[in-house]
Amino acid sequence: MTRIETLAQPGHPDVTSAVLSLRGITKRFPGVTANDQVSLEVYPGEVLGLLGENGAGKSTLISILYGLYQPDEGEILLDGQPANLSSPAQALRRGMGLVPQHPLLVERHTVAENLALGAGSAWQPVRQVTPRILELSRTYGLEVNPAAPVHTLSPGEKQRVEILRALLGGARILILDEPTSVLTPQEVEGLFQIMRELRAGGKSLIFISHKLDEVMEICDRTVVLRRGKVVGGLPIAEASKASLAELMVGRSVSFERRRVTPPPGPLLLSVRGLEARGGRGHLALRGVNFDLHEGEVLGVAGVTGNGQTELVEVLAGLRPVSGGAVSLGGVPLTGDPAQRFAQGVAHIPEDRLHTGTVPTMSVSENLALREYGQLPFSRGGLRNLQAQDEFARRMVERYAVSTPNVQTPSRLLSGGNIQKLILARELTEQVRLILAVHPTYGLDIGATEQVHQELLGCAGRGAGVLLVGEDLDELLSLCDRVVVMLHGQLLGPFDAAQTSRKALGLQMTGGAA
Amino acid sequence: MNEISSALLQAVSFGTPILLACLGATVNERAGVSNLGVEGMIAVGALAAFATANSTGNPWLAVGAAIAAATALACVHAVATIPMRANQFVSGLALTLLGTGLAGLLGKSYEGFPLAIHVPEWPFVALAGLLTLLLAFVFSFTRPGLILRSTGENPAAVDALGISVPLVRFVAVLIGGAFSGLAGAFLSLVYRPSWMDNISGGLGWLAVALVIFVAWSPLRAAAGALFFGVLYYLQFRLQGATRFPTELLAALPYLLVLVALGVAGARQAAGHAPAALGRPYLRGER
Repeated sequence: MTRIETLAQPGHPDVTSAVLSLRGITKRFPGVTANDQVSLEVYPGEVLGLLGENGAGKSTLISILYGLYQPDEGEILLDGQPANLSSPAQALRRGMGLVPQHPLLVERHTVAENLALGAGSAWQPVRQVTPRILELSRTYGLEVNPAAPVHTLSPGEKQRVEILRALLGGARILILDEPTSVLTPQEVEGLFQIMRELRAGGKSLIFISHKLDEVMEICDRTVVLRRGKVVGGLPIAEASKASLAELMVGRSVSFERRRVTPPPGPLLLSVRGLEARGGRGHLALRGVNFDLHEGEVLGVAGVTGNGQTELVEVLAGLRPVSGGAVSLGGVPLTGDPAQRFAQGVAHIPEDRLHTGTVPTMSVSENLALREYGQLPFSRGGLRNLQAQDEFARRMVERYAVSTPNVQTPSRLLSGGNIQKLILARELTEQVRLILAVHPTYGLDIGATEQVHQELLGCAGRGAGVLLVGEDLDELLSLCDRVVVMLHGQLLGPFDAAQTSRKALGLQMTGGAA
Repeated sequence: MNEISSALLQAVSFGTPILLACLGATVNERAGVSNLGVEGMIAVGALAAFATANSTGNPWLAVGAAIAAATALACVHAVATIPMRANQFVSGLALTLLGTGLAGLLGKSYEGFPLAIHVPEWPFVALAGLLTLLLAFVFSFTRPGLILRSTGENPAAVDALGISVPLVRFVAVLIGGAFSGLAGAFLSLVYRPSWMDNISGGLGWLAVALVIFVAWSPLRAAAGALFFGVLYYLQFRLQGATRFPTELLAALPYLLVLVALGVAGARQAAGHAPAALGRPYLRGER
């Protein structure tokens, strides 16, 4: 341990022991310098936290390390020798392993087939690779059944398969790209255990995350990028959440629970005995009951696949009900999504790219998707494109959407800007009920703050917010009450100011009585 | 007894070219590239085999020419759909039109000519059987087979491992063409040892439908090809024997194609089709 601590000093003279050094890496794209003179060292047996807001240049840096991009300037040294990483194949050969944020696996094949794809022999690759999988599983505590088809695995298990794949390929440096974003708290703890084993085994890990609690827990050292430049690198012993956030964002950020639960307003949404079937015909909602009051933020926690998606789809009018009753302000809530929108139901869907927007259509058109048929966007059956663009420009300004112009196809925008676009369209003056699913998933600190402010702003004006999330810290800091979904039923509600992350985590896995 | 064995022989005869073409299409579809040009590739292969056999008298050269001609046509499809990412269905349809048109035009002078040499049937049948087993084996037990299947399921996963998706797909499309060429050679050298326009007579379409019907499995393809062979034989036998209109009987295999595709719709929902079938691959696209 002492060795790691001494090596962890930035600018430590013993840079020769670094497995990987970047020297003045610069990468320019038309209009932006994604990486500007980035230099850093990675040592054996350490976890380096690579932090930065979206657009800070982390993805570009990873792509360079993985051979997908070539730097315009600077050099990469592996074991002190200049390395030319001109393709993923070459990066793999030189001991780079990438665990991508979204697993790149063949869902229909088994774990062993997926792993044999990269590492197996020409002849009977699956049989040949299986003992090696089992051996690595034992060494690093990576539990996974080689014979299981990938589509039956949980997100955490898929991630273990990705880690195994990197290790089978002989990786010495593992890049973990936001690995915790898809995991439950318990799974995150499991991942950290594996990371500690890998570190103890002398591997170098580059850990990318927005979640500073996690960075503080698992990293030995951090490097912070802002606008393509390294703006700081602190050993974790000298860092705090606040100092790291300040480095990332460039200003101070508060982590206190700012939400003050208002006195309960009149009843807004009443859900009684709600039942609905899921995509595969099974009963996904099995008698759901809850109330949501005006001005209240109600969190829905739970492991993915316990009925949260179906609940929101039913309320938004996207999925038929097979039993029970829903009323909004005392009136039964029925009809298609458009009719519900007219009654004040806003939907911020899980898949923001494909459900939330039409990716090939322009920013302006996406903003008018709800109200294109009404004044001022349409007059006498003809669309008024000037009015539409005018509205779009106002919204882009008001929500600080970063886009070249309002005619840009929305698919070219970053995730955060697409989400702002959806908020701008959904959160109208008349909004009464907001259904938000993972609204800040994958967003950086700045965009997350903005989404939180918009949602809380609407709640302050009397709207009820149903917030489905997997990030328990977020739910606890934002919500007034939190319910947990388990096997299509609700547990709770729990008072957000009273309960804890751990207690909710236990409820989510059915671990509590 | 005699009746049954002759029926089976006929069924095998008719089923062999379907099986060959179907196996080829299975290879390219397993890699994620559909090719509706099978009919055209068979026609071109059949003409190349016939012309070469008649001018050289060498059946080996004839088969080689058929494979080369059909593979060359497949190469057009590969270039259009892989690096240029054209719509695979449109490109495949164009290939069928191009192939059948080309064979009809270049074959005008051979119209009605019989084949000058005798080519035995059994090597083709044996080859089709062997290729069936070989493909089933390669798919299940070798790494190239695993790479091929993975490319059709999730090309991004293959790309991330540093394996070239375009290369895998290109090779798969060319193999598909070669198999179609073999089917064409069988038609003009053995099945109807003469040249006539539209010699393939929709056989390529049967093969394309069969791929879906047998859920991309080489072993089931052999059974399916035999089934179509039996149907074809029945249609032949029932002509004149019943008062059922001949035209309707002749349409039976194609009707079955429609049924097969209907069934396939349900199968696709059950998730048998390669997940990335028909989708061009571009790194980092969303």
